[in-house]
Amino acid sequence: MAAASFAARLAVPQRSFRNLVELFAKEAMYEVVKNVRIPIYAVSTVAFPLMFYVLFGIVLTPNNPVNRSQAATYLLATMGTFGVMGASLFGFAVSLAVERGQGWLQVKRASPMPLSAYFAAKLISAMLFSGTIAVGLLIVGSVFAHVRLAPIQAAELISVLMAASIPFGALGLALGYIAKPNSAPPVVNLIYLPLSFCSGLWIPIFLLPKFLQQAARLLPPFHVSQLALRAVGMSRETGPTGHIQALVGFTLLFLGVAVVLYRRDEGQSYG
Amino acid sequence: MAAVIVQPPWPATAPKLTVAQANRVSKAYGSVQALREVSLGLRGGELLALLGPNGAGKTTLVRMLLGLASPDSGRISVFGADPRDEIMRYRVGAMLQVARVPETLRVREHIDLFSSYYPNPLPIAETLRIAGLEEIKTRRFGELSGGQRQRVLFGISICGNPDLLFLDEPTVGLDVEARRLMWAQIRALVALGKTVLLTTHYLHEADALADRILVLQHGAIVAEGTPAEIKARTIGKQVRFSSRLSVEEVRTIPGVVSLTADQQKFELQVQAAEPVVRELLLRDSWLSDLEVTTAGLEEAFLALTQNHYSKGVN
Repeated sequence: MAAASFAARLAVPQRSFRNLVELFAKEAMYEVVKNVRIPIYAVSTVAFPLMFYVLFGIVLTPNNPVNRSQAATYLLATMGTFGVMGASLFGFAVSLAVERGQGWLQVKRASPMPLSAYFAAKLISAMLFSGTIAVGLLIVGSVFAHVRLAPIQAAELISVLMAASIPFGALGLALGYIAKPNSAPPVVNLIYLPLSFCSGLWIPIFLLPKFLQQAARLLPPFHVSQLALRAVGMSRETGPTGHIQALVGFTLLFLGVAVVLYRRDEGQSYG
Repeated sequence: MAAVIVQPPWPATAPKLTVAQANRVSKAYGSVQALREVSLGLRGGELLALLGPNGAGKTTLVRMLLGLASPDSGRISVFGADPRDEIMRYRVGAMLQVARVPETLRVREHIDLFSSYYPNPLPIAETLRIAGLEEIKTRRFGELSGGQRQRVLFGISICGNPDLLFLDEPTVGLDVEARRLMWAQIRALVALGKTVLLTTHYLHEADALADRILVLQHGAIVAEGTPAEIKARTIGKQVRFSSRLSVEEVRTIPGVVSLTADQQKFELQVQAAEPVVRELLLRDSWLSDLEVTTAGLEEAFLALTQNHYSKGVN
């Protein structure tokens, strides 16, 4: 028996590095294709931030053209943060909760798919949607609200917003392990909307009551929005280091929670 | 065309060699004991059917053999290794029961993606052909009928050209025609030397496909053998007739295991037909429409599991 199992081991071919790269690329491509074809995801994650931006940043702004363009620039950063948070939270939490709770993840885990490919695909998809939202907002802002950014500023804003998929995706991952398939969308909304408001994404943070301004420092979207505001030259804070440190900390915390929940799941009825 | 699948990417498993093994495996989910000290050995090239009603523990056992759940006690090995080993999964395919599959991907895209997980997959066209998906390859999963969905899951299980296949209730919810088609596909795989473990609660399915049957009931194996042996294990007969006798008068005849009555039509399960028929004719000489038949696998299965149930777990 020992000899037989040894032979069986020897007989199994190895996966080449090229196979592995193709595997990750396909997993990511089909995750994006899958999401693009879900109207409620594709349309709402991109359209809602754009709609809110038109409403708060263009329609309901001061008449004075200087203030108007300033408000539109400010909201470009905060609405961008709002949009990226939605794309990442829904892209991770809801799809993970559904695929985990309804057996699909089991089918994938019974195959030789590396679990890292599955999560990398979700991150790449969230980043691409985030980039789309950022570019969409930039176009609307510059065409309709006279937002003027240097190319380097626009590039920094897009980069910050795409990178923000990492902390938000980590939060979504933890939520995806907490929530059941049917409860995931309301759970995400219950977290997403108050978190956005309290982080100053809809109404500028300096207009919120003092205690909320203090409390916002405990919220990841606040730190993302401050980095985005820095990119467009409108941050009232000092350097970016504190925000980056906070976001790294949040990411590790959320990943830790996700790992604990994943371990709890192992061997139980879910994948 | 079939030549493509005949060529194994590595030497096929020698027949009769044990390719997967469960050794005194137990598993509880909370207070529910899903499996109790179950042992089984899957031999290369055979089709083993795990037969049992819903909740018997079939899916739990399959999940363990796939490394998706770990036993509380006992040992599982697949190709001599731990089933959680990613490398071993290159040689294994699985068709599992799944409530929801991503609906916006097309059939061909699902197959393409799963093929990329394996180092030596079948050509996609070949997988589509074997699973009968050519006509619907450009359709989105959400647009498919129940039978077509099962075929996609079947395609996913074979696309990596595995040596060992786990098919968990592959024909559940299929109509007669779709079921026959799936059977033909499964037989074709066995003919190519693949090893298959199939779970089913359809008795005729196990009879039609399996080399060997394990009957699982309340998490324990209660019978094991070829379909013929399983049938032979129940020596019981079925007796049908019409009579004016009361249900009580028939029930008290020695040797009657169980009975159903509708008006004057009776159907009895008996251990041996002759003494019961003799007694029946003594009690009612006008008895008519007498018919004695051998218990099929369906009755065998019922008798086996009921017998075990009434005796309790030893």
